[in-house]
Amino acid sequence: MASPIYVRRRANNVLWSSLCYAATAFGLVWLGLILGALLWNGVGGLSLDVFTKMTAPPGVVGGLLNSIVGSLIQTLLGLLLAAPIGILAGTYLAEYGRHHKISHVIRFINDILLSAPSIVVGLFVYQFCVVPFGHFSALAGGVALAVIATPIIVRTTEDMLGLVPNTLREAASALGVPRALVIRHIAYRSVMSGLVTGILLAIARMTGETAPLIFTALGNSLFTVDVTKPMSSLPLIIYEFARSPYAEQQKLAWTGALIVTAAVLSLSIFARVVSAPSKGR
Amino acid sequence: MTSTAMAPTLAAPAVNERANALRRMKTGDASFRLMTQAAAFVVLALLLGVAISLFIGAWPAFREFGLGFLTSDAWSPPKERFGAAAAIYGTLVTAIIAMVIGVPVGLGIAVFLTELCPPALRRPIGVAIELLAGIPSIIYGIWGVYYFKPFMQAYAEPFLINTLGAIPGIGALFAGPPLGYGVFTAGVVLAVMILPFVTAIARDVFETVPPVLKEAAYGLGMTTFEVVGNIVLPYTRVGVIGGVMLALGRALGETMAVTFVIGNATHISTSILSQGTTISAMIANQFADADPGLFTSSLLALGFILFIITFIVLAAARLMLARLNAQGAR
Repeated sequence: MASPIYVRRRANNVLWSSLCYAATAFGLVWLGLILGALLWNGVGGLSLDVFTKMTAPPGVVGGLLNSIVGSLIQTLLGLLLAAPIGILAGTYLAEYGRHHKISHVIRFINDILLSAPSIVVGLFVYQFCVVPFGHFSALAGGVALAVIATPIIVRTTEDMLGLVPNTLREAASALGVPRALVIRHIAYRSVMSGLVTGILLAIARMTGETAPLIFTALGNSLFTVDVTKPMSSLPLIIYEFARSPYAEQQKLAWTGALIVTAAVLSLSIFARVVSAPSKGR
Repeated sequence: MTSTAMAPTLAAPAVNERANALRRMKTGDASFRLMTQAAAFVVLALLLGVAISLFIGAWPAFREFGLGFLTSDAWSPPKERFGAAAAIYGTLVTAIIAMVIGVPVGLGIAVFLTELCPPALRRPIGVAIELLAGIPSIIYGIWGVYYFKPFMQAYAEPFLINTLGAIPGIGALFAGPPLGYGVFTAGVVLAVMILPFVTAIARDVFETVPPVLKEAAYGLGMTTFEVVGNIVLPYTRVGVIGGVMLALGRALGETMAVTFVIGNATHISTSILSQGTTISAMIANQFADADPGLFTSSLLALGFILFIITFIVLAAARLMLARLNAQGAR
């Protein structure tokens, strides 16, 4: 029969392999439990009221309209700021300054911003956009989201432009096309799906962010589209209502949580689908 | 033929036109280059802006309390006495708990995905684990309060108190009534949140191991466990540590989920089952209502400390991962 050493090695292998299976099961069970709880508590609350009524004090039938609109406005603001800066900065890192010393520094800093605590970003924007004006505003919220989104877009833009074959650039340059046009008409176009992926991922990230909004946009129980006023958003209202003692507000918190998660996850899955074909090429 | 036909039309105006077009292109080129350069410097300015603006805001607190701000655990807005020790302690302890649980599990999943998983399931399970990273922090928070906290209170914490709590020495860590809210609950939620980051990076670096190396080891009769322990992990050590540091950076700065489940008590307790706070939870909880002056400044000082801690951890992580990339390029 097998000597003890083989038995021990095989037993070790079985033990560690089963621990790996268990670890994977652990991760999947958490995902299942969270998504299950969201569906269980959130779906029941989905009604027309949620999308047509404002957040209300306890006792009044309310919805999430002002929060949903607030989330959309602030995400759009964040995107309008972050997308141009992110794409241009990514372009510099990948095209003009690829081997420049300062690019290494910027790349490094960008990677740190990519995982910097979002609450710190909130404090920065508070100091920068709230204190000087003396009041909270949706604009400050949008700026805070932009600070979160910019590094994501910089990174994907640079990575994607890095995939453009140099021969393509050289062919265009040989025809006498100026560098700026080579980048805009050849490089951007050939990795368009990758750039879109970066922007979708940035939107997904912004949609779920709460911490940087607490003391920039603050929240607002009234409907407003004025970006100089405090504004509600879905994550903020979840934060508020989840800790509320009233059942109807808790229910709305779960419905809001379901909407946010559905939006974030479908955006990230959509981003994956968009980027898939370019990977195959 | 074309050139001879064109030649007569190349009169002075056409030459001018061409020169103009070239000039336009040149300015267009230069201005586009300048725009990209400016945008790149915005990224640099952002980090400097964060550091400088937080430091300016934190200065009154640093001036008032000096180094004692780091060591004092007093936090009393009415008396205007503030110290960061309780928040720093909570931040470190929750992060340690998160790493102790999250790193082995995350690595286990990465090993499963690269070595054990049937190819057909590899993509769906990989995507599912990545979805765990996509779920926003606030969702972990609301789930933690409504489901995980009652579970901890009813089952996990009484179990820990009755088993580990009875052992002299480490028993003090598991003392006290099962509250559900607390440092340990926050640490476990954090562990699940960082797990996909550990898995993602570990997976990426595991895939850099040349198949030939693994095949040779398998060919010598090694078991899967021995291949992972003797070939894959030593080969990817630097990258794995970099990934772990990256996850640590996340755990230190995570806010919303922690705020929901940690209980927000501003003092230090030896038991990890008791309520506590972290730097980020404290800021999230108190900043919007803080009086301007020393209170606000102390919270900004906490933010500055968090920024410095995470900057060091993340910088170390990036340097390690960069070293691995340089190694891979060789």
